[in-house]
Amino acid sequence: MPDLLLELRSEEIPARMQRRAAEDLRKLVTDALVERGFLYEGAKAFATPRRLALHVAGLPPRGEAVREERRGPRVGAPEAAVQGFLKGAGLTSLDQAQTITDPKKGEFYLAVIEKPGRETLDVLAEILPEIVKNFPWPKAMRWGAASAQPGALRWVRPLQSIVATFGPETETPEVVPFEVGGIRAGTTTYGHRFLAPGAIEVRRFDDYIQALEKAKVILDADRRKDVILHDARDLAFARGLDLVEDEGLLEEVAGLVEWPVVLLGSFDDAFLDIPAEAIRATIRANQKCFVLRKSGSEDLAPAFILVSNLVASDGGLAITAGNERVVRARLSDAKFFWETDKAIRLAERLPKLDSIVFHEKLGTQGARIQRIAALAKELAPLVGADPAEAEQAARLAKADLVTEMVGEFPELQGLMGAKYAVLEGLPPSVATAIGDHYKPLGPTDRVPSDPVAIAVALADKIDTLVGFWAIDEKPTGSKDPYALRRAALGVIRLILDRGLRLRLRDQFGAADRQLGDRAGADPADLLAFFADRLKVYLRDQGARHDLVDAVFALPGQDDLLLIVRRVEALQAFLNSEDGKNLLAGYKRAANILRIEEKKDGRAYDAAPDAALAAQGEPAERALAEALQTARTEASKAVEAEDFAGAMRALSTLRAPVDAFFTDVTVNAPDPKLRENRLALLNALRAATREVADFSKIEG
Amino acid sequence: MPSAANSPKKSFQGLILALQEYWAAKGCVILQPYDMEVGAGTFHPATTLRALGPKPWKAAYVQPSRRPKDGRYGENPNRLQHYYQFQVILKPNPPNLQELYLASLEAIGVDLKLHDIRFVEDDWESPTLGAWGLGWECWCDGMEVSQFTYFQQVAGFECAPVAGELTYGLERLAMYVQGVENVYDLDFNGAEGEDRVTYGDVFLQAEQEYSRHNFEASDSEMLFRQFTDAESACRAYLAAGAPEEGQRHRIVQPAYDQCIKASHVFNLLDARGVISVTERQSYILRVRELAKACGAAWLRTEAGGA
Repeated sequence: MPDLLLELRSEEIPARMQRRAAEDLRKLVTDALVERGFLYEGAKAFATPRRLALHVAGLPPRGEAVREERRGPRVGAPEAAVQGFLKGAGLTSLDQAQTITDPKKGEFYLAVIEKPGRETLDVLAEILPEIVKNFPWPKAMRWGAASAQPGALRWVRPLQSIVATFGPETETPEVVPFEVGGIRAGTTTYGHRFLAPGAIEVRRFDDYIQALEKAKVILDADRRKDVILHDARDLAFARGLDLVEDEGLLEEVAGLVEWPVVLLGSFDDAFLDIPAEAIRATIRANQKCFVLRKSGSEDLAPAFILVSNLVASDGGLAITAGNERVVRARLSDAKFFWETDKAIRLAERLPKLDSIVFHEKLGTQGARIQRIAALAKELAPLVGADPAEAEQAARLAKADLVTEMVGEFPELQGLMGAKYAVLEGLPPSVATAIGDHYKPLGPTDRVPSDPVAIAVALADKIDTLVGFWAIDEKPTGSKDPYALRRAALGVIRLILDRGLRLRLRDQFGAADRQLGDRAGADPADLLAFFADRLKVYLRDQGARHDLVDAVFALPGQDDLLLIVRRVEALQAFLNSEDGKNLLAGYKRAANILRIEEKKDGRAYDAAPDAALAAQGEPAERALAEALQTARTEASKAVEAEDFAGAMRALSTLRAPVDAFFTDVTVNAPDPKLRENRLALLNALRAATREVADFSKIEG
Repeated sequence: MPSAANSPKKSFQGLILALQEYWAAKGCVILQPYDMEVGAGTFHPATTLRALGPKPWKAAYVQPSRRPKDGRYGENPNRLQHYYQFQVILKPNPPNLQELYLASLEAIGVDLKLHDIRFVEDDWESPTLGAWGLGWECWCDGMEVSQFTYFQQVAGFECAPVAGELTYGLERLAMYVQGVENVYDLDFNGAEGEDRVTYGDVFLQAEQEYSRHNFEASDSEMLFRQFTDAESACRAYLAAGAPEEGQRHRIVQPAYDQCIKASHVFNLLDARGVISVTERQSYILRVRELAKACGAAWLRTEAGGA
């Protein structure tokens, strides 16, 4: 079975786009083939900085022939109908059509259209240029003289050549005949830019990948990553060091080289005074190099791993020396920042924050800090923190934003503040809170555990959420420029992981009051946003979203910890036989009520008349009594936050409800009796509302 | 005859001479720096304006560039508020622009068998010029030595055809080829003994003075006035040269000078710290509007292809 080899060689493709582009290429080509009825055995795509490549194995040489029968008009039908039929079937005269006899309707014309299978080569020649023209690069560009023409080809960077061959293993494959943007597909490519600059002739995938390897190009990014990782570990080990592994950096670096050559550089010990995170940040972000640890220790070593793209004639001495120079300059900058920053206390930096705008409508960073500090102080007793420390930590938490170090490496915010706080001799809790108050960032980040940190982390996030709610800048669709979803998830995780009891409405109110003129956040709307975020969060942990809705639908629900406990109890109850049956009984009752209330144009929401029920059927009396007890018990249990107990109280209703529906006719001829029975059903609805709004529960 | 005075590895001026010679041989007109203060070589009308319109254009020139905020009173070995860029603009970009660039590195003494040259993603954008392009930072052994950009849009207009722009950071490149750690230690003229002149001899005092000026002494009131004056002059000149129906625009470059002036004055005010974060955006926008108006007018001139 023949194979397709496709290579799109260009100028350097951004590292972060390569993997996705290879995957897009594979999917676009194979989907287009399958759509046209061409099945294949396997497909794999590759990317290097200078090429995307695709191998599709086991394609048929041509597609299947298609035979189509098209029934025409009756023999003797008007001329117009006959002509229309001939035209539609691609026939020139009726001689080319057959006639068939339908036992009921008589004789008809029939056209048999035979379409031979198309050559795969032709189909590829049709598919491939379209895919190249419409390739989904995140950002594409025009280039060269052709770019003056409208509709010029766009690619991520200038496209230089295309290899496209198709054919079986045993024969010389054919070039897929197509041209796009003035580039004709052929069999010529080039290897490594510096190490093997000559042209290479390739025929099929096997010799392509080998020819590239000989020309110092490792086609497979995962193999490049392996080479880098192993060589880096070995080089480190030989010096008694450990590589600080970094998957994101590894992926990026593998996208910057076609032939990785790993080298080890070093820097002066004196730079190790700089916090390790800052050393790592500068070496990683600016130089795309890995840092190293002293073997078996947490301390950084004064060395780094660099990945070059060249087997240099001096063994890499000049490259290492050059990189060391740049690293030295970067670390000198970092050291300068660190020393300068240390000379100014965090508190002294605060006036500067008064002139930095946080958001046009929400005032300066200084104003924001005031709000967070006031809120943190109020929150402190609720989370077991010292109010004075919480206030102090909140006041200083953002001070590092105006340090040189954070200016240079924004990702070190919080962390640098904590370091400077320790050096100043601030209380440990205050330093910890400054360092942790942005946490948790996302669903897997660590949740702060120190009470002062918890208070400041909550205050920071609640202020942000309430502020943006007040100015009506809420997330929409995929747009969430202020990361408000993440902030809400942060609050949720803080509350649940640390078992905090908070009335969110109160906190929203307190935060809103801090906004002064800008106050006016709608607490119900913000709470609904929290309900959505909670659903997403609990869904990832296997909880049912409809149960969260059922609990949130009750009035006054704003204590997330209790809400989650109630959802858990509800879920356990609904998994039990009693729960399932009670839910079925509830649904039946609700249905009857809905129909009857609509018919009568009134609500049956009065309490049932116990005396009247007592005179009715035994099942009626039993249900009335059971409802009375269950409701009281459930209510008491809820009061005591014993949700399992509340569910148990409801479960006693199962038998009386079942018996009621078996034995009693709701729509009794006596209107008084009927009304009372409907009131009983309503009482069941009311009893379940002690624990949740059952109407929101699915199934 | 090669001497230290014009050797790219031995002197700063030698580096400039070598680049000029290389690009002259590739058919570029070798221009001189624009005679106004600009933040980067891109502001030179030979790039900004000539990048617009259909006419082919090849030029190379040194451009002194001013970044008032980057002043460090001469104390930082790598940062300057005044430095040199070597700018190359080729419209349309030739298909082998990367190869031409690499050969230019060899021409200034970078051995491509010894040094690791890399093209690292860098999308270029100039908010004040309403311009953007795609390209790379060019790294030599981990150090950024050039910017390589395919202009897609300038002054809000699509580039048709696209121009390739190369910007060499001359001080950095010179530090690299000379093996010097401090910019002020660069050998400027390649002479020996008493005749030897360093970069510091030429520029250290200027860096100190301009840093004081940019951060402490510049007259903000005057600068605000100058900004407004330049802004209205730019518009007035464009209006004065505005074409009759079917005619060409007659006064574009003097108007564009005022746009450059507004941009530099804004940079001075920004360095002085008298423009708040929110105002900042609106000033950038005002300069961009001027650049766009000049670009539109340029497209109605002969050199702009009208």
